[in-house]
Amino acid sequence: MAQFEAWAGFKGKRWQTEVNTRDFIQNNYTPYDGDASFLAEATEATDKLWGQLQELNKEARKNGGVYDMDTDIVSSITSHGPGYLNKDLEQIVGLQTDKPLKRAFMPYGGIRMAEESCEMYGYTPSPELHKIFTTYHKTHNQGVFDVYTPEMRAARKNKIITGLPDTYGRGRIVGDYRRIALYGIDFLIQEKKKDFANCGDGTMTDDVIRQREELADQIKALGEMKVMAQSYGFDISQPAKNAKEAVQWLYFGYLAAIKTQNGAAMSIGRVSTFIDIYMQRDLANGVITEKEAQEIIDHFVMKLRMVKFARIQSYNELFSGDPVWATLSIAGLGVDGRHMVTKNDYRILHTLETMGPAPEPNMTVLYSKRLPESFRTYAASVSVKTSSIQYENDDVMRVVWGDDYAICCCVSATQVGKEMQFFGARANLAKCLLYAINGGVDEKTKVQVGPAYRPITSEYLDYDEVMKAYDVMMEWLAGLYVNTLNAIQYMHDKYYYEAAELALIDTDVRRTFATGIAGFSHAIDSLCAIKYAKVKAIRDENGIAVDYEIEGDFPRYGNDDDRADEIGIWLLKEFITKVKKHHTYRNAEPTTSILTITSNVVYGKATGALPDGRPAGEPLSPGANPSYGAEKNGLLASLNSVAKLPYEYALDGISNTQTINPGALGNTDEERSKQLVKVMDGYFAKGAHHLNVNVFGTEKLIDCMEHPEKPEYANFTIRVSGYAVKFIDLTREQQMDVIKRTCHKVL
Amino acid sequence: MKPSVSFFRKGIYMIQGRIHSLESFGGSDGPGIRYIIFLNGCSLRCRYCHNPDTWAKNDVQLFTADALLDKVENYREYWGEEGGITVSGGEPLLQIDFLLELFREAKKRGIHTCIDTSAAPFTREEPWFSKFVELMKVTDLLLLDIKHIDSEKHVWLTGKGNENILDAARFLSEIGKPVWIRHVLVPGVNSDRESLEKTAEFIGSLKNVERVDVLPYHTLGVFKWEELGIPYGLEGTPTPTDEELALAREILSIRKEA
Repeated sequence: MAQFEAWAGFKGKRWQTEVNTRDFIQNNYTPYDGDASFLAEATEATDKLWGQLQELNKEARKNGGVYDMDTDIVSSITSHGPGYLNKDLEQIVGLQTDKPLKRAFMPYGGIRMAEESCEMYGYTPSPELHKIFTTYHKTHNQGVFDVYTPEMRAARKNKIITGLPDTYGRGRIVGDYRRIALYGIDFLIQEKKKDFANCGDGTMTDDVIRQREELADQIKALGEMKVMAQSYGFDISQPAKNAKEAVQWLYFGYLAAIKTQNGAAMSIGRVSTFIDIYMQRDLANGVITEKEAQEIIDHFVMKLRMVKFARIQSYNELFSGDPVWATLSIAGLGVDGRHMVTKNDYRILHTLETMGPAPEPNMTVLYSKRLPESFRTYAASVSVKTSSIQYENDDVMRVVWGDDYAICCCVSATQVGKEMQFFGARANLAKCLLYAINGGVDEKTKVQVGPAYRPITSEYLDYDEVMKAYDVMMEWLAGLYVNTLNAIQYMHDKYYYEAAELALIDTDVRRTFATGIAGFSHAIDSLCAIKYAKVKAIRDENGIAVDYEIEGDFPRYGNDDDRADEIGIWLLKEFITKVKKHHTYRNAEPTTSILTITSNVVYGKATGALPDGRPAGEPLSPGANPSYGAEKNGLLASLNSVAKLPYEYALDGISNTQTINPGALGNTDEERSKQLVKVMDGYFAKGAHHLNVNVFGTEKLIDCMEHPEKPEYANFTIRVSGYAVKFIDLTREQQMDVIKRTCHKVL
Repeated sequence: MKPSVSFFRKGIYMIQGRIHSLESFGGSDGPGIRYIIFLNGCSLRCRYCHNPDTWAKNDVQLFTADALLDKVENYREYWGEEGGITVSGGEPLLQIDFLLELFREAKKRGIHTCIDTSAAPFTREEPWFSKFVELMKVTDLLLLDIKHIDSEKHVWLTGKGNENILDAARFLSEIGKPVWIRHVLVPGVNSDRESLEKTAEFIGSLKNVERVDVLPYHTLGVFKWEELGIPYGLEGTPTPTDEELALAREILSIRKEA
């Protein structure tokens, strides 16, 4: 059993005998029931650093979004020497490259994407690296395209399946970065070496060989983390001795991850309560003051605000606004019934005040009515002021994932240090309905993409006939989708393995297989239109239905109307049931999400007119949101519809984004915060999963779109499906889309 | 106005309310979060009305009290200890028979009831008055609009005088029914010091006023006038400035008696 000086004063035994961060937390954290009055303001150093960073951001905007880029160093844990924003002032140090906001060159996901992103911003990628990664070293992207079937390529090209991580990192894997702080690297290496010694009985099956190779890579990555930290003057081989070191140590772990992986989502995990234990000890021993505690958190969060990856145009269209999903999960309840709100959860939310609103880290409150009212009200007040927080229902997640899960991307939960996800984009179920009607022919490109089943030829669509056709087409789509993902995950493991993150996860890792749904509300409304109104198909000269005329009224999803909502529940269950029929890579457990990020715009562009009256090319509604203009009974009716979707069938998350006019919430910020708490108490009591809360009027969005240069808009942050973004960083098209969405207000 | 009678249920005929629309989320229409039921029809023609689409009698949905409350029950989780239903319009008191049935049933179900009214239908004449007295037994709160303290100007602004409206306010004060006064501040119409002071004086004479809200006149409803093809009644009137609002709030602010 290890024993360290650094653990003085900590309680509990089990975590001292094995790697078990959760046990450490549960034995040592202090729930905080008070209010926000203890919080300290930003220090001079914080203001100065933040000001400096603002200047760099401004310069980056002038250059089209990128401040600087690497072109000839392949990013690795140890590829760069130390980098600083301002060495004398930073409490927490470490950058992805040698300069702030400089984007690293990351070719393992795909050399073409790495090069394209350089060229897009006027940089010339190194010809030597081009040669290495085309002639001598294969990439993930190459691997995937070597094995794709023609059907997979067609589905991808016609965008019935989109956002596949086949040109970049799959992301969503959260290392338990806290382990470095608690145990130090040497202990972790020792434990991984034990696993290595016990891996297999000498019979070299595929599984054993692969596991042994992965463990070897993990141990190597842990060693490199020490070297990287050393370059900043820190020895992380041993546990952290105080709060500042704890934050620094765990940040080094995260830094190793973002130096080696460019996944769509690179989340930091659930670190708040953990850090608080160190803060409490230091505060009690007079090692730090509250002001210093806030400064450490501010500087840590500032680092998370600086994470950048080099992306290409088509990627930015899908995931607009340069998000990295450095998702930071706070609050929640323990399985023993104690809430896990600590002073540090306040400090983290408070960064939105000390440094103003920001899209990153993706602040996520694990919500329950049983969190202290003072905390719920404080979080709501920060939402009212900054629109930078999302809320997820701890009461539905805790029963599935326990009390040490974190959000690993936009909205999906993962058990920290126990699990990893195979992330896999989304299938367009609205387009799938059109394939059902047109016998697998794409309504936009007129190419036979799906199987050539008998198309529907009647003038007026018959509900039963459409449902039968939809069922078999969805069956095909689910199968193709899972198999496409299998190819991607296989190649990712082979060519772009996440050694740094997985070194901080148990060797015996549980894997989930995260599929997703797009076009959800439109599929529901279309089926409702066919069922309750009369829908006439308008066909082109080749008999392909390209438009629809609707006669009569029909119920729509988003009005708390069971006629529509039950079709939504059916659709979700049907899809995940079909997904589950198929073999998944490494026997991962299939899950699904109703979540589109901002890809609803791109998806919409590629989707023809729908039987619900949505014209061709219009954006689909995001995530699980009801369609534009469908909500006729206000915010709560809309929330009730979404809350009916059973989370157990969409364990990867059900994303809902709502914008509330401040005037509709109340007359003062205090009133608004209280009302917002009630809205969330009610919504989550109904079993809903997720809510993005925006509090502002459409007028502000329009003004910001027209006058992005106004200083008050530099950091104007809004929540979109599953993340937050600076409004000025969205494409004009997406800005228009956000403005069009229902802003709830009552006249 | 004759009530339309419908389902034979529970051995009695249930009256159907003529509903203009339902709004699940009212954040400032009574205490807490409110489910707002907009009834159709109004006897006033306020020049600044933001719901002129409730004037006409077309396109209504019919609901019995039971059916409506079954729907409303879906929102209890949001109300906490304060919330409930607010009936607005239109003018809810025009459908007093339905309202009475709705609120009686609501109280049975333990739902907080609130009416948002101009009180324009108020009269001490029978049988209306007795019905109103009964209604007040199952009403927890009224949001009462005082649009103009001067009756002549009230006629210009709304089409009718305010005598019975002020009488309603006095009656509610007599019976001690909690009231929130709402005053829409329209520049050049009721924003002058004299009108405000007179209004304040009147409010001061009432014993049941828990709160006075000064609501800035806004033009967000103008598009509805355009859609309905009715010329807008306050064309060119600006929204109040912050100073005007502050002045009105100062003059109209009530000091709650301990």
